Amino acid sequence: MLPLLRHARYVLSENPITGLAFGLFALFLIAGIFGPALAPYNPLQSNSAMALKPPSTAHWFGTDQLGRDIFSRVLVATRLDLSIAFASVILAFLLGALSGVAAGYFGGWTDRVVGRLADTIMAFPLFVLAMGIVAALGNKVINIVIATAIINFPLYARVARAEANVRREAGFIEAARLSGNGEARVVLGHVLPNIMPIMMVQMSLTMGYAILNAAGLSFIGLGVRPPDAEWGIMVAEGANFIQSGEWWIALFPGAALMLAVFCFNLLGDGLRDIIDPRKRT
Amino acid sequence: MTAVPALAVEDLSVEFRTRAGTVKVLERVGFQVDKGETIALVGESGSGKSVTAFAVMGILDPAGKVTSGRALFGGSDLLALSEAELAEQRGRELSMIFQNPRTALNPIRKVGQQIADVLVRHGGATPSNAPRGAIEMLKKVRIPDPERRAEAYPFELSGGMCQRIMIAIALACRPALLIADEPTTGLDVTTQAVIMDLIGELAREAGMATIFITHDLALAAEYCDRIVVMHAGHIVESAPGRTLFTEPRHPYSAKLLAATPGETASLDDLASIPGGLPDLRRFDLPPCRYSERCERRIDACSQPLVQRDIGEHHIVACWNPL
Amino acid sequence: MLKLLLSRLVTAIPSIIGVVIVTFMLTRLLPGDPAAYFAGLAASPQAIAEIRAKLGLDKSLPEQFVAYIGDLLTGNLGSSLSTGQPVATEIATRLPASAELTLVALILAVGIAIPLGVLAAVKQGTWIDHLCRIVTTAGVSLPVFFTGLLFAYVFYYVLQIAPAPSGRLDVFLSPPSDITGFYLIDSLLTGNLETFWGALKQLALPAISMAIFSLAPLARMTRGSMLAVLGSDFIRTARASGLAPRTVVFAYAFRNAVLPVITTLGMVFSFLLGANVLVETVFAWPGIGLYAVNALITSDYAPVQGFVLTMAVLYVALNLLIDFVYGLVDPRVRLDS
Repeated sequence: MLPLLRHARYVLSENPITGLAFGLFALFLIAGIFGPALAPYNPLQSNSAMALKPPSTAHWFGTDQLGRDIFSRVLVATRLDLSIAFASVILAFLLGALSGVAAGYFGGWTDRVVGRLADTIMAFPLFVLAMGIVAALGNKVINIVIATAIINFPLYARVARAEANVRREAGFIEAARLSGNGEARVVLGHVLPNIMPIMMVQMSLTMGYAILNAAGLSFIGLGVRPPDAEWGIMVAEGANFIQSGEWWIALFPGAALMLAVFCFNLLGDGLRDIIDPRKRT
Repeated sequence: MTAVPALAVEDLSVEFRTRAGTVKVLERVGFQVDKGETIALVGESGSGKSVTAFAVMGILDPAGKVTSGRALFGGSDLLALSEAELAEQRGRELSMIFQNPRTALNPIRKVGQQIADVLVRHGGATPSNAPRGAIEMLKKVRIPDPERRAEAYPFELSGGMCQRIMIAIALACRPALLIADEPTTGLDVTTQAVIMDLIGELAREAGMATIFITHDLALAAEYCDRIVVMHAGHIVESAPGRTLFTEPRHPYSAKLLAATPGETASLDDLASIPGGLPDLRRFDLPPCRYSERCERRIDACSQPLVQRDIGEHHIVACWNPL
Repeated sequence: MLKLLLSRLVTAIPSIIGVVIVTFMLTRLLPGDPAAYFAGLAASPQAIAEIRAKLGLDKSLPEQFVAYIGDLLTGNLGSSLSTGQPVATEIATRLPASAELTLVALILAVGIAIPLGVLAAVKQGTWIDHLCRIVTTAGVSLPVFFTGLLFAYVFYYVLQIAPAPSGRLDVFLSPPSDITGFYLIDSLLTGNLETFWGALKQLALPAISMAIFSLAPLARMTRGSMLAVLGSDFIRTARASGLAPRTVVFAYAFRNAVLPVITTLGMVFSFLLGANVLVETVFAWPGIGLYAVNALITSDYAPVQGFVLTMAVLYVALNLLIDFVYGLVDPRVRLDS
């Protein structure tokens, strides 16, 4: 653990931008956990007298068409956006890592089936497939999570499969087998934990994409419904007012979106450098 | 031997900037090759043989820098030329062939086309008559069925054939000097002999000077007029092949000979050289980089080395030669 | 060449089968009664029963699947609830708009990304290398609908140099004769320069928004690939042979470096086809993306299904093309098989 931390500190000193990413991540975490408590106004509270007001000292990000405080809404939306992205990434990981490891470890039929499944998903443009899945399962937030998880599944499966393949003949796996562990036990108890660091890098790298995907889906009206505060839907609402010059309604949620994705991309790169410096681009 | 040598390297020093510090890869390397002469540059891996060649050709890795020295060739100092001037010389007046011929050729370009490229660039050929010139070169390097082979890609040819293609590219414009960097590594023994014979014959025919870089002393002895021994970025001895084998004067040369199969009776007699190459990043490297692993070390060995003439074309850099 | 094309076609067959199966399953996964979906929100139980019989939704699943395949082969994608028109016709009418937009965006992206990547690799450490790094890192973080909106705001509302995001052509101009369906090509073919400029102006903002989005992975891959190739053995041989720098970089290095970039195009197309939907929504572009989004909002189900199927088939075809082009450029793939 200690050498890992020391290496982490070395990477951070070499690469201050990664440090910045960690800082941003901390900010987003705080906003996600404590957002509702920190918001100056009730994000759902409309006030038609104050509608469409530009940013001011009273309303830092201005107000929207219903007079709601945009800053509070952006802050509170952090929780929803990050949870959706996080949940889909975890789900994709669970589905992908388990099937990928099984495919890489057992080979044969398992490998072929998982491979076929992944290839079929990848035969679609991913966002379009997500649209189709949400349309089929119903217009609910949980389905956004499921759809995003499904389209990320092939990536995790592929990485897990490659890693499991490499480890199949490794010494410590042989040892586990020889000490009488059943195959399932070996896979779950030994292979899976061993590939966790690489999986974690994958997860942070795909968080950014998951956030974009969820926001894109809500932008076109899928999943999140008004009056819930979510960055994508807020940009969609703000889009109606761009042409009349009320830029703040779309800008701030969009900027929050960009910042979050940027943060996770940098985080993923930094984690990758810490875990496996050979893989640097 | 009073004529101007084909290539005269003087006082060449090369440094590499690495993450771990500056490595003095070559220090005051000097040797010469006469017109029509074939010499071998021998030494262990890491002795700086290839770096010397790259420095002379001007194709050093960007992390490398020539810190001193001259490479006199054709009346000018190669190390002082600009990149554009050098590009004019390379391939036309001096050429190089490399080890691993398959990876040294463009994998997605027909081999005939690769030869034609050089003919167009330096040989005054036009894009329309260059292909014919390429086929002529293929004949010259004894590739059977040259018209068909010219349309092949490197992955379709054997290692030996690819090396012939490289030779064809290098000799297409009749250079005055050829540098061959371990040209037979990776080839089977029969092919090795064939390739070396080919190079020797073409060199003799054209009166071309040749530098063979190799770690194989036996090969050097068989094909070269003179052998130059390198150790850790220094030239330690230079002598005609016969002389080196019968009267090596530098302790390192003697050890190399003892480690070479063919000159000894059995494998048991093969001695390994104790110690390893010194870490070239050190600031406290002794003037003689072999002294730390040398059995014949004396106090005088801490003085800076001097290359001394001790016989017919026999030079050694040692304070306590054999 | 023909053998290459055929072998690639064969690999596409399992993909097409997979696509058809998945799109079929998507309609059967509807929570509740699929017939109710196809009949619409306001349908009476009687209408639902009629639709059920008409669409064969009361038959067994394998029977439905066979019927589905039959429908696809005859070009029947159902009908839209809101317009009553056959989905296949509506998609066919709107496809050129999407295709033109995506193609122009792709040309823009490739035209900027590849030179940028090559220059960044050849001139490592200079400002152009840093620019490339910034573009690649920032580009992947930009939500395409947001950039589109920003552009519309800055260039239309504030600077007033771009036209209103209101579709393919300004209201005062009439579309050119329908030869290819691509306004740019058709207007040039009929010599109608005014329409050409009008169409180009409308295309600019949406195409640029999409192009920025796909720039990043292309530039990154080009730069990385070029760097790797420039350090390889055969480039050293080329330099040692004194070949002109231009020959070394373009005829030798670039042609080898472009191979992984061609492969990356597959992923880029996946992004582009998705981004298409979002950009069409922002700019009210009358393509199949907007068509699908409007259908989604009105819970009109058949167009959405037709849209997903069309996009998937298009994507498979595009991947086929990419594979084929790759085979053309890399003789090792051609001659080994």
